[in-house]
Amino acid sequence: MGSGDSAQLTFVPAPAQEGAATEVRCAGSWTVHGLPPLERELDSLAWPGAGELVIDGSAIATLDTSGAWLLHRTIAALERQGRSVRLQGLRPEFGALLQLIASREVLGEMPAAAAPGRLARLGAYAWSGVMGSLRYLSFVGETFVGLLRALGHPRRIRWRVIFHNVQVAGVDALPITGLLSFLMGIVIAYQGADQLEQFGANIFVVDLVALAMLRELSPLMTAIIIAGRSGSAYTAQIGTMKVTEEIDALRTIGVTPQELLVLPKMLALMIVLPLLTVYTDITGVLGGMVMAQSKLGISFEAFIDRLDEAIQLSSYWTGLIKAPVFAMIIALVGCYRGFSVTGSAESVGTQTTASVVQSIFLVIVTDAVFSIVFNFLDL
Amino acid sequence: MSASAPTPAAAAIIEVSGVHTRFGDAVVHEDVSLSVRPGEIFALVGGSGSGKSTLLREIILLQPPVSGSIRVFGQEVVGLGDEEALPLRRRWGVMFERGALFSSLTVTENVGMVLHEHTGLGERLIREIAAVKIALTGLPPDAGPKYPSELSGGMRKRASLARALALDPELLFLDEPTAGLDPLSASGIDELVRSLRETLGLTIMMVTHDLDLLWQAADRVAVLGKGHIVGVGTMNELAQSDDPLVRQYFHGPRGRAAWQQAWKPK
Repeated sequence: MGSGDSAQLTFVPAPAQEGAATEVRCAGSWTVHGLPPLERELDSLAWPGAGELVIDGSAIATLDTSGAWLLHRTIAALERQGRSVRLQGLRPEFGALLQLIASREVLGEMPAAAAPGRLARLGAYAWSGVMGSLRYLSFVGETFVGLLRALGHPRRIRWRVIFHNVQVAGVDALPITGLLSFLMGIVIAYQGADQLEQFGANIFVVDLVALAMLRELSPLMTAIIIAGRSGSAYTAQIGTMKVTEEIDALRTIGVTPQELLVLPKMLALMIVLPLLTVYTDITGVLGGMVMAQSKLGISFEAFIDRLDEAIQLSSYWTGLIKAPVFAMIIALVGCYRGFSVTGSAESVGTQTTASVVQSIFLVIVTDAVFSIVFNFLDL
Repeated sequence: MSASAPTPAAAAIIEVSGVHTRFGDAVVHEDVSLSVRPGEIFALVGGSGSGKSTLLREIILLQPPVSGSIRVFGQEVVGLGDEEALPLRRRWGVMFERGALFSSLTVTENVGMVLHEHTGLGERLIREIAAVKIALTGLPPDAGPKYPSELSGGMRKRASLARALALDPELLFLDEPTAGLDPLSASGIDELVRSLRETLGLTIMMVTHDLDLLWQAADRVAVLGKGHIVGVGTMNELAQSDDPLVRQYFHGPRGRAAWQQAWKPK
């Protein structure tokens, strides 16, 4: 690399006589790696003289397309300013490269579209929200039409896929949901114990744990875990299938994605979530039982005796009835978000996040609505 | 990096010797050796599953062979760590079969990203250089601001090539440059490959099935079959080869048509 590692550009002092050409000498390695210092220098460079410029490229050691572009751009800018520029001494192969670049000059670059104003952005945001809700509604509608059609032809229900989903979303989730609800039972009993002890009402810890777990915590917590575990998986799976055009392939084969992807997931979750809720009811109360014995000295027999009086069947049902509704929300949001994925890998990530956040949000809101309704019904 | 005709005397740019590759029990390569000379367009061909792409992946350090030696620019690459491989990686560009463009970036950003990572150039110059590379590969200027998902297959390949050319590599790897393209786009790629070699003085190694591309662009071709290199040479030499695998490859109905096509204009 003849003269150093970076690209250089130096002015040769102009001869004294009037109208003489100013000479500029280029040297060094005009490559992507050699250009950066020169590039910064060029921006603030004042070109001396007013007449003809002679650019001498004989000392350029290496020239790549980037260097050729910079040279070409500089010459073009000078010519636009009305200077006449003559290039000399360039090696023939460099000359050919420069010509190639000049012939491929596109541009300038495409002007970026003007950024919309604040009001326009707000409008676009609101509009996309409205359209998103409409699309979601139409997705829910399509799924239910698909469900009705499937019920009309029960042979088209894909039991294998449903059972596979039951296995993955339900059986495989047993350890984590059971453990968390057991811990939750312990925490509630522990928190209640202090307060109840002050009143000598130790035995009421049973009511506390059983009612809290059965009515609220167990269905809600199970739904949240499943939203994080299975809802996100549904979005990622369907989203990736969309990117790889598998969804389109399904359509061309004559299988609606609803039938193969959405319905089995929804039905499987609707089977699995109530079962998981019953299971976490049990593990949660077990957790409370263990804590009640160690902290308040309530024996297992006494606990179970009290349990019989503390809860009515309605407490059990009010908790359980929410589970299929939550299941539907999680499956529909998860699948809908999957179908909303557009082309890129990043979009899969965005939609998966949105899927989990939205399904948890909707689950909690629905839970609140249930509370109000049950309150009216005096349950 | 001046353009030059292949000179057999010069040291090889890629030197593969005695490479063995196995996936479990399946032997892919046993004792594969070949060398690519500076400035030539070298093609690797072979039936499906003959391990062409695997060999390419081994050369570009995406996967190690079981044994053997691979030297690129005179440096042994087998067992090289990421840190030591970086200077080498900056000297070559790779165009993947399905483009492998970053889907969350526009075409211009895809090309610019390489320049951002490896050079200290300013934002404006990077965008301009990206536009030049995009133009060099024959894409229309309005392709720059588009996302890969908005491009057709052929445009995606060209965009991928523009990204491979971002750092003006000395060596270019092309994996199936014409696979999945219509004949018009494919013959555009033929010309592109040749003109890149002529104007930028690149050495090109490609893996391909495309017999037309081989006749039109390749200087030398190696045929991979049954774990060995069964023939190396110019297309004319290979067309006269007696090896059954080579004959099978070049004398099928399509091979003959491409051969006739190649001779017609001359």
